[in-house]
Formats: sequence, structure tokens, C-alpha cells
Amino acid sequence: MDMRRPPRTVSDPKVRQVGFVTPSGAPPTRSLSDAPTTVAAVASAASASSPPSGEISLPGSSLSPVMIPPPRHASSDGRPSAPVAVPNPASSLRRESLRIRVGSYNASEVVLGTPPSASPSSRTDNAASEFSEETMSPWHGRSGTAKVASSFPGSTSEMIVMKTGVGGGGGAGSTPKSPLTTASVVKTLPGISEKEREVLMGTQNDGAGVSKTLKEKTTKAERRAVQEAQRAAKAAAKEAGAGVKPSAASGSAVVANTKQGKIVKPPSQKKDGPQIAPPSGSSEKKVVDRPPEKDRKKDVPAPRMQFDDKHRVEKAKRRAVVNQFEAKNRVELFRHLPQYIHGTQLPDLEGKFFQLDPMHPSVYKVGLQYLSGQISGGNARCIAMLLAFREAIRDYSTPPEKALVRDLTAKISSYVSFLIECRPLSISMGNTIKFLKNRIAKLPDTMSESEAKYSLQSDIDRFINEKIVIADKVIIRHAVTKIRDGDVLLTYGLSSVVEMILVYAHEVGKQFRVVIVDSRPKLEGQVLLHRLVAKGLNCTYTHINAISYIMHEVTRVFLGAASVLSNGTVYSRVGTACVAMVANAFRVPVLICCEAYKFHERVQLDSICSNELGDPDVISKVSGRQDLNHLDNWADNENLQLLNLSYDATPSDYVSMIITDYGMLPPSSVPVIVREYRRENLWI
Amino acid sequence: MPDLQALVTDFVLKLKRRKIEGSQATAKQTAELLRQVVSQQRMPYTNQASVLIDAVRAVGEQLIAANPIGELSNSYLFLAVGNIVRRVLHIIREENLSSTTAAMEGLGLTAGSDDDEGEHEDRPGLSAAAVAAAARSTLRAPSLQTLLEDIPESAVAPHPSSSGGDSEGKSKSADRGSRSKKLKHDVIEAINELIQDIDTCHELISEQAVEHIHQNEVILTLGRSRTVKEFLCAAKEKKRTFRVFVAEGAPRYQGHVLAKELVGKGIQTTVITDSAVFAMISRVNMVIVGAHAIMANGGVIAPVGINMVALAAQRHAVPFVVVAGSHKLCPLYPHNPEVLLNEFRCPSDLLDFGEFSDCMDYGSLGGSPLLHVVNPAFDYVQPKLVSLFITDTGGHNPSYVYRLIADYYSADDLVVQQNST
Repeated sequence: MDMRRPPRTVSDPKVRQVGFVTPSGAPPTRSLSDAPTTVAAVASAASASSPPSGEISLPGSSLSPVMIPPPRHASSDGRPSAPVAVPNPASSLRRESLRIRVGSYNASEVVLGTPPSASPSSRTDNAASEFSEETMSPWHGRSGTAKVASSFPGSTSEMIVMKTGVGGGGGAGSTPKSPLTTASVVKTLPGISEKEREVLMGTQNDGAGVSKTLKEKTTKAERRAVQEAQRAAKAAAKEAGAGVKPSAASGSAVVANTKQGKIVKPPSQKKDGPQIAPPSGSSEKKVVDRPPEKDRKKDVPAPRMQFDDKHRVEKAKRRAVVNQFEAKNRVELFRHLPQYIHGTQLPDLEGKFFQLDPMHPSVYKVGLQYLSGQISGGNARCIAMLLAFREAIRDYSTPPEKALVRDLTAKISSYVSFLIECRPLSISMGNTIKFLKNRIAKLPDTMSESEAKYSLQSDIDRFINEKIVIADKVIIRHAVTKIRDGDVLLTYGLSSVVEMILVYAHEVGKQFRVVIVDSRPKLEGQVLLHRLVAKGLNCTYTHINAISYIMHEVTRVFLGAASVLSNGTVYSRVGTACVAMVANAFRVPVLICCEAYKFHERVQLDSICSNELGDPDVISKVSGRQDLNHLDNWADNENLQLLNLSYDATPSDYVSMIITDYGMLPPSSVPVIVREYRRENLWI
Repeated sequence: MPDLQALVTDFVLKLKRRKIEGSQATAKQTAELLRQVVSQQRMPYTNQASVLIDAVRAVGEQLIAANPIGELSNSYLFLAVGNIVRRVLHIIREENLSSTTAAMEGLGLTAGSDDDEGEHEDRPGLSAAAVAAAARSTLRAPSLQTLLEDIPESAVAPHPSSSGGDSEGKSKSADRGSRSKKLKHDVIEAINELIQDIDTCHELISEQAVEHIHQNEVILTLGRSRTVKEFLCAAKEKKRTFRVFVAEGAPRYQGHVLAKELVGKGIQTTVITDSAVFAMISRVNMVIVGAHAIMANGGVIAPVGINMVALAAQRHAVPFVVVAGSHKLCPLYPHNPEVLLNEFRCPSDLLDFGEFSDCMDYGSLGGSPLLHVVNPAFDYVQPKLVSLFITDTGGHNPSYVYRLIADYYSADDLVVQQNST
């Protein structure tokens, strides 16, 4: 994540150079002056631990638009003391500790362990070695050009602030990094366009549909740019009144320039101009266009998108970052749910990596991990998302004329819609996002940006800790009291809480046997089986069809849940309902273990109105059974559909008890918890 | 009869090695084998029926005893074998009865009764069977006349409807030798009929399809059963349009095969995972499944997973229909059928040995391994979960199955094995 952050932040100034430094006279002077100053500042401060602050102050003083200074000063005030040297180590430490906690908390090594662990090493490597030349330059170029078209007015200041962030984010390597990057900015200019072109070619190849939509957008982007310019001009006028005209004026001039550059340039960089602009336009729209008030009105897990509504789907498609192709042979009953051809999104998204300008790299990464299925499971997904948002907030800086509350909310919304495109949100994630937005909205106006950011980050940490980690511990304590010696406990699939319960009960010395029921296509039970057997638990493994056979010997059923709805329905991995039903038929108590943050006030009666469709292809292939090839090429026959449901709804009468962090309750008490919990606990 | 013995052992081996797939094939081959037994049996001058019964029973015991109780391997095929053995025994008894009655008719009522007495002394079992069969036939064709007549006479009065009996009656041959030949011949004829029944049961069942499937019906099934396939295809051929959800039926995943076959016939088919059964059942109008055996109480032995489907169907008040040929009717009352009438398949269906070999090494708890894999082959569905049986003789309630069974089996044959041991 960090590794990406530096280029991005640094890139912005550089891009500016790329865009208009060369063609026009006026802007170059400014940008040039910028670059040298920063370099000089860095050089001078190289030995000192606080180069970024120097950077900040320098451009700040030179530009010093009236509107901007207060926050800037605040930030620069805050920076030197905390951010530059202290906060970064601190934050990284904090993150580290958090990560460890998470790891131990188990949310599955695979799931959470890999992403963070991978990043630090690569990050430092990159920073140390060829930092700018190879990996970064394309980035710069792209994001830069994108920026040019879009968020011009605020960019200079923003950039610089960001740069400080970069220096901070880099941690140990921060000081050497910044000079390098600035140098590279100038050096790699010619190289950039080439690389861009290459990437562009790649994206072009990805699909004709892409280019088409892009073309549509160009005009829009241009319109955007015009609007932007006007807005900037207005702002400039305002600022002029205040007194600091030159910078703003230059800014607006630059805007004009960029616009011209955009339109005029095509001859020189034919492909870059129109092609890069569109994504920037679209993405920018997401951030700026959408009025925040409207956004707040419909909270994140807004009325669920119904995908049989052609009109809205079209609209959404135009907005979408991820290019998706509707799967063939849809099941008629599930037209209202999205289903895309699996595997088409990933390469496409990867190709777009450098174009997704406003997307924070960590968010992007989490999105990719959702898409590829590396991260799955309610808690793991939620934690990954929160950590990504935390990083994003840490690197966030309010654009000049905007309020943090609104802009950050919009930003988070755009992240969320990106994540939704990668994979539909789980209910727990919806709740979490609601929480986060609520926190943002409730930030006092008097709070400085750095304070606000800090408080948000600590809120996120607290949420993860309290609502997930500690909640799980409480659930474990409760659940263990329900395990007696000689019990045979049945569980289905892989639930992190249930796993912890079983392991803990084993550690406490209870004598019991575990029956793990599994089902295709995910076969998550095998993961659980591996872990439990490794811990020395006595396990029996079977598949879901054998449930009525195995239920004879079972004395308790422990199940996890993706969500508990307020009519007591348990929304969980598909198959849970079957297990609960058979257990109920055999008079075996069913205990649902679910953290209270996953409760939702929605009600649901069946598993069809709202669900998630998985990749149908995995149904046609049975792992380890090459002889089963009857369904190869299934998509060729329009009479045949494969349906891969992800969730199902267990009626509340199959559930004996719900174990949550507020204690053990009957399903009928869920609405009470939902209400009390909302009011008192979640929004604190 | 060495070659016969060879045939029997060969058949047993085939069963054990699972060379024979499906209960229909098993039933048919058993019937053919028994036909051979009957035809090779040398008939003595007297007591032909009992000799035949003994011979058939001996072979049947061999076949059933071949089912290694210890491992419970392939027990459902042995159920089918047992059914057919019992059916053949029943056939012999009925043929014998009919020929006797025919003879009695020929001899006159009084003489016939004497004759019957004589036979009774020779073969008490058979005569009891005769009485039982007679009683059944009274039940089967109740008429005012039979109700008014005495019971001993009523045993004689209802004329057996079997063609063999008729022809015999027409020939009115009093000669015992010719009668014995006749008996053997009739038995073989009847066995042939049985084989034919087994062959044609699919057609008979699928003829009823249109009566049960309406336009735009949504049907759910699990795994693959040939009867179900033919049933659905027959409905499709009669221009019904409907859609089918096929649960794949782990661990054999025969649902994939069925889906392919149905799609080949142009039926809208959706394959779902077994775990999605509960989610989908609320949108299903009818569940149609095949069975391996229908027990006397109306319970069903079916491929694993069906009980789950049946429970889900009951929850959502979806009719649960079992289609099965009458040769799958089993005259036994199940006790703890999930265990006693089950078999276990290889764990490698579920777990990859290579992947989990390290788990096996994780040590054992007091000598027993930590990891067990359970892979049963069958489910038992309680009669109360079944809405309807569709057999080649029509639709029946679970509560009526015991009566159907009385049509096909004699009470004496219910325990083939225990008689000898």
C-alpha cells in the first residue's frame, strides 16, 4: 500500500509537468519552481528527519491561497510534531500490532495474513531500488493526466500535502525517496508516454466495449473540465478578493491550459489525450459530482440494486469502474441479482490499475482480493475493508475548497461502490460502512484535519477491536459453557467464530468430537478440518447430503452466520439452512454464533429476494473428479443453467439460540438487540 | 448342477464387485438366474412345487447370504435380489395353487378337497400358503358371492385369473405328470412375465407423467434415477413445458448426467448444489425422486441426500413424489435403516488422500485416528415425508404400500434367510 502511495502523491506535480510544462510557457515556470524548491528542501532537510514539513511550508508560503492556509497550517503544525517522524512509525507499529491481533484472532491466516505481510517487504524493496523509473513512472503519467483533467484547482496544494504524507508513509525510507521521485519526475518524462501507450494498448485490447464507453465519456469529461475551470475561476475570484491572486490565477490558467492541452495535444500524443481523459472524467465524477447530501440520504447499503431493472443497470454500468460482462444462461428466478462472467473482471481491472485515479491503492487491493476470492468470510472481509479505509483516511487530505466531512464521505462512497463492483457487500460490511460514515458525519467542525483523521483511524481500530475481536472472545466464553464432555458438535463450512470456539473448548480440556459438514463448491470445511486436526481435535468429515445420517450421533450444532436479520432469520453460507433443518428434525439444538455488528434490521423470508450469485463454472467442475465432464461447455446450451448460490436464509424456528456478544438469546430477541444496539452502542 | 452353481457364484461375484449398476438391472438378472434355476430343476413326481420352492430358496439364500453383513456392501442391490427371490417364490406358490385348484375343479369339489388334504399332509407350509393366497384373493376381488360363501369354499371358489390356470383348467388334465410339467412351464412363463414387467416398468410409470406434471411446473430432483429421467422425458414428449432443478447429488454427482440428458431432450434445466436445496425448494412445485427400495411401511431407501430434500419439501408443503418400479417394493419393515440398510463408500470421494495424508499422521487419540470420513450411500426417508408413490401399477399412498406388497409376496417368504439358518 505504501509503495503505491508515494508514486501517486508525488506523481501529481510531475504530471502537471508532463501535461503542460512542455507545451506552454506559463505553467512550466510554476511547476519548475515547484520542483526545484521541493528538491532543494529535501536536499537541505535530507539529514533532518522532517523533510516533508519543509516541503509543505515552502510551497505553502509561495502559493499561500487564503482559503487553504488554515488547514495547511494546522496540518503542518500537526505534522512536524506527530506525523513526520513519530506518527509513521507509530502508525505502522499500531498497524503491525493490529495485524498480529487479527492474525491470532484467526480470521484465517490465508485471508488476512498474506496481504499485509506481502506489502511491507515489496514496499521497501521498491522504494530502495528502482523506485521511480520502472514501476512508478507509468503511474505518474496516468494519474497525473487524469488529475489534470479533473481536480485541478486544488491539486497543487493537495499534492504537496500528499507528498508529506508520502514521506511519512514511507517510514524509514522517506527521506531518500522524495528526492528520487522528484528527480525521476523530470527524467522519466519521455518514458512515460511510451509506457502509457503500452498500457493503453493493453486496455484497448481488453475489449471493444471499453473503448466505446470511453468515447462516450470523453465528451463528458470535456464538459467536466469546462465546469471545473469555471468553478476554479470562481474560486480564484473569491481568493482574489482575499488578496492572494497570483497562485489562484496561475491555477486557473493552468486549468485552461490543461484543457487546451487535452484538446490540442492529440496530434502529439494521440492516444493519451482522449483515452486517459475518460477514466479520469468518470472516476472524478464519482468523487465530485455526486452531491454528498444525496449520498448521505441513501446510506451505503442503499436500497439494493435490482439487476432486472434494465435502465438502472445501464446507468450503473456506465459508472462502473470494473468492466463486467453479463453471464450467459442466467437463471430466470435470479434476474434481479448481478451475475458476471467470472475471470473477465480481474484482468480487466488489473489493466486499469493505473487509471483508477481516485482509488486508494489499499482499497484497490482489497477490491481485487474480494474479486479473486482471496479474502472471504464476513469478518475477514470486513476487517480488510476497514484496514484499507484506514490507510485511505491516513493518506487523505481535504481538497482546498471542500469540507472534510463531505469530501471524505464522498470518497468513502466511491471506494464502497468500487468494492461493490468487485463483490456485492456483505451485510456486516454495510453495517460497518454505516458506522464509519456516521463517524465522519459526526466529526465536529472545529476539529482540525489531522485530528479528525486521527480520530477516524482510532475509531476504525476500536471498531475492529471491540466489535469483532473482543466480541468474538465474548462469544467464545459464552459458547464454551454450552459444550459438555462427551458432546458431538457439528459445524458446517468454515466459520471463524466457531473454529475459535472449538479450539478454545479443546484447550480448556473439554472432551468432545467434532463433525464437520462440507459442501461443494467451496469446500471450506476442508480448511477447517485441516486446522482442527492439526490442533489435535477428533474430527469426522462428511458432506452435506450425509447430514441425516450423521445427525443421529450429534448433540449440538454450532453454526456461523453472515448476518442475523431482525425477524430472526439467519442469513448464512448456503447449506446452513439444510443443516439447521435436519438438526431440528432430529431434535438437536442449533446454536448460531454471530457478532452483534452483523445484525441487521432488514427482514427476509426466503433466500431468493436477496442473495449473491457465485461463479457458475465451478459447479460444472468437480475437483478431483476428471471423469465428470458432463457439463463442459454448458453455456452453449440455452436450456441449461448452473446456479451457484452463496447464501441462504435459515428460518428462525430452526434456531435454538443465538450466541452473540450481548449474551445468548432466542431468535425472537434479535430485533431488540438490533434496536438497542443501533441506538446505544454502534454509533457512540 | 455344476453349471448352475457356477452361474450363481458368478452372479454373486458380479454383485460384490459392483459390476451390476442399478437395482433394475440387478432385479432383471436375478429373475433370469432364477428362471434358469427353475428350468434346470428336475421335477419329481410329487411335491413339485415344494421342490421348486426349495431350489429357488436355496439359491436365494446363497445370493442374499453373499451380502457381507459386516461391510454392508451394496446392500440395496441385495435388497433387490431378495425382492426378486421372494417374487419368484410367490409366483411358484401362486402357480401351484392355481394348478391345484384347476385340478380340483377337474376332479370335482369333494375329491379336490381330499386331494388337498393329502397334499396338506405332505407340505404343510404350502397349504398354509395356499390358504393365505386364497385369503388374499378374497381380499383382492371381494364380491358379494364370495362374501356369502363359506371360507373353505371361498378358498376354492375365486377362479385365479392367471392365464396358466385358465389354460390348465381348460385342459382339465387329471394326470399329475402332465400337471407337474405344466407347473414348471407356468412358473417359467410367470417369471418371464416378471422380467418383462421389470423391463417395461419405466414405460408404465412414465405414461402417468402427464397426469402429474402440469404446464410451467417447477420440479426438483436430486442425483440421477433412470425412472425419473424417463418420467420427465415422457412429460416433455407430451408437449408439457416445465423446468427442472437438479441437485447434483454428492458424492457421485449423477445430477450432472441427468441434467445433460434432460437438456438433450429440450427441458429447461438448472443445476444447483446440494446445499442450495433448501433455498430453492420454496420456488418448487414438486419434488420427484427415484428410490432404491420402498419398504413395507412406506419408507424409502434412496440415494444419500434425499432425506434432506424430503424434509425441506415438507417444510414448504411441496409434494414429495417417489417414482419406482414395483420390483423395488421390499416386504421388510425397516429397523434403524440408516445404519442397517446402508453402505459406506470410499472416503476418497470426499477427501483427497494426497492432501490429507498429513492429517492422518497427526497422531491418534488412544489408538483411534483423529480423522474420520463418513461417506454413506443411502438415506432413509420416513413414510410421513412421502406424498405419493408412482409405480407401474399406479399411484399409491405410503400407507398403502403394505397392501401392494401383499400382492407380490407371500407372507411365508418374507424371511428367506432365517428359515434356513
